[in-house]
Amino acid sequence: MAMDRRQFLQGAAAAGVGVAYSGMSLGQGSTDPIRLGLLTVKTGPLASGGIDMERGLDLYLKEHGGMMAGRRVDLIVADTGGSPATALTKTQELVERNKVQVLTGPLAAFEALAIDDYIRTQKIPTLSVAAAEDMTQRKANPWFVRATSSSAQCSHVMAYHCATVLKYKKMIVIADDIAYGQEMNAGFQRVFEENGGKIIQKLFPPLTAPDYGSFIAQLKTDADAIFLGFAGSNGFRFVRQFNEYGMNGKMKVVGGMTALDESVLRNMGDEALGILTVCWYSSELNNPINVKFAPAFRKAYGYDPGYYAAGTYVNGEILNAALLSVGGNAANKDALMAALKQTHIQTARGPVRFDTYGNVVGNIYIRRVERKDGRLVNAVVQTYPDVSQFWKYDPKKFLAEPVYSRDWPPAKNLE
Amino acid sequence: MQFWQIQTLNSFALGGLLFLLSSGFALIFGLMRIANLTHGALFMLGAYAAVSAMRAGFGLALAAVIAALSVAVVGGLIERLVLRRLSGNAQGQVLATLGLSFIASDFCLIVWGGDTIPIQTPAMFQAPLRFMGLIFPTYRLVVVGIAVVVGMVLYLLMERTRLGAMIRAGVDDMQMARAVGIRASALFTTVFCLGALLAGLGGAVGGPIFSAYPGLDSDMLSLALIVVILGGIGSLVGTFVASFIIGFIYTFGTALLPDLAYVILFLPMVIVIAFRPTGLFGTIRT
Repeated sequence: MAMDRRQFLQGAAAAGVGVAYSGMSLGQGSTDPIRLGLLTVKTGPLASGGIDMERGLDLYLKEHGGMMAGRRVDLIVADTGGSPATALTKTQELVERNKVQVLTGPLAAFEALAIDDYIRTQKIPTLSVAAAEDMTQRKANPWFVRATSSSAQCSHVMAYHCATVLKYKKMIVIADDIAYGQEMNAGFQRVFEENGGKIIQKLFPPLTAPDYGSFIAQLKTDADAIFLGFAGSNGFRFVRQFNEYGMNGKMKVVGGMTALDESVLRNMGDEALGILTVCWYSSELNNPINVKFAPAFRKAYGYDPGYYAAGTYVNGEILNAALLSVGGNAANKDALMAALKQTHIQTARGPVRFDTYGNVVGNIYIRRVERKDGRLVNAVVQTYPDVSQFWKYDPKKFLAEPVYSRDWPPAKNLE
Repeated sequence: MQFWQIQTLNSFALGGLLFLLSSGFALIFGLMRIANLTHGALFMLGAYAAVSAMRAGFGLALAAVIAALSVAVVGGLIERLVLRRLSGNAQGQVLATLGLSFIASDFCLIVWGGDTIPIQTPAMFQAPLRFMGLIFPTYRLVVVGIAVVVGMVLYLLMERTRLGAMIRAGVDDMQMARAVGIRASALFTTVFCLGALLAGLGGAVGGPIFSAYPGLDSDMLSLALIVVILGGIGSLVGTFVASFIIGFIYTFGTALLPDLAYVILFLPMVIVIAFRPTGLFGTIRT
């Protein structure tokens, strides 16, 4: 509540200043601070990732003296509570009361969908973190860029890796029963089967399944491996119960980009060792930016940055680059948006550029859980460079097909 | 794989957990007619209290006792300081308990953070049980055992002790119980503490299976509501039986018709409300 009141006072003060100086502000455009809004989740079940989002961006701003492109940045943080309705209200607040010029966030796909129309009508450049496929595909929002990944962008890669490098023949896919999990597993299935594998079982436990016992008992034991498309802490709970049911060793476990995130790993034990996952980031990445970012984050907060912290940090880098190319002028939205889409820079996740739909083309990493200095890390074992959300498919053909879902593409090899 | 045997064991394990979760809710609802919406939060507090106790070096068994007692104290405070002032105001109580549950979950977020915190299964139960070719997690069977013991203790408490007789009298007719000299005030506090104690115990005992995480409260509250409505208000036996019924329905439902997991979970509740509003074993109409 104190936060809200403070924000309100800030907003009110800013509004007052705005009125008082409105006559002069046109001429002074270049010295005004850039008003950046962060939509995140600081309360409720998704708060772990949401707090990391704020910390990642905070760290970026601290490292750069609170400046982007030579101008001061006013960061206004809004807590959506992980609810689509609140996400929309908070976005309206940020835009209409706090007058933000650029948005970053929100965390969850359903939040992004809730603000989609509003962003279009208000024309607010938005650096999204959420993964929903169609936000940058069939219903691409011209005001979105996404530097993280679409749902299936990483799972395509893992499927290819499983089929061609690990030579798995039969696999099971399991994910939370939400669009994100369904899209991720559908992408996995498509690439795995097109490279000679067979998906013999698809399981979608409810997002809030109290327990995975009844799902683990159904697993077809003739599978070579199982792909986990879980989000949040579900991947870690599944792996634990998988071991408790004595399944360890009966089949290999591989995971998607949020199955064993750094934020989950710090609470896991030896049961996670050796598991392969795929993501566009790892705190272990050995590029010049990340070797500074990851230790600095660890020093500040006591744990490794993962998907969410890196997501907003990379967004900070991209926004800074785009602002530089438009001379720090955030008021011209069209120019800023065009600059965002033309960004081509080195970031903490490696090189980043965007396709015409606003989605990132960048490196995807296969990581293995290893123990290093006493803590578990996602050590990078292979890099797939320059991966697009369309994998190796032609974008036009890809977009002519239905969006990935539970039943698309159809599974023909279920046992 | 031995699908049916394992799923049957899974059903019993989930049933046991559900009983630990919902017995306290049923107790409070039965006597005080308060739909205590903090129950899920108390369960979660139990899990987090166990986390802290285990970090301080206690084993799970002792941590569970500490968690249960501390949550009981919290329950007593809620009853004395908040609900007491709202007696007779059912809507006020529902709203107050709902508000308290939000406060409790943000309290947990501030104190323990947003990460899922695993609770270690005691070393002696970590290896899976192998029996006639079946492999099953040992700890889940222990949970069933704990649930049965707790059920028996509660049954004896209700049927064989003076406190139990007073509670039963209060459930049946509060005014008459008062007229014969039962001190409702003390009885309410005792029962609320007992209900909270059971929630805290459930959170700690269920910890190695569920882990402690933000959102555990709301996940658990809806399950407790289903069990209590199915079993019937004010009936301990009903709660016990309903826990295992839901355990079976949910386990086999998700295994055989995974697309309909939630429908299967809530459908029995809808049917019971429609055709037998008192629940399977209940005598009181809501």
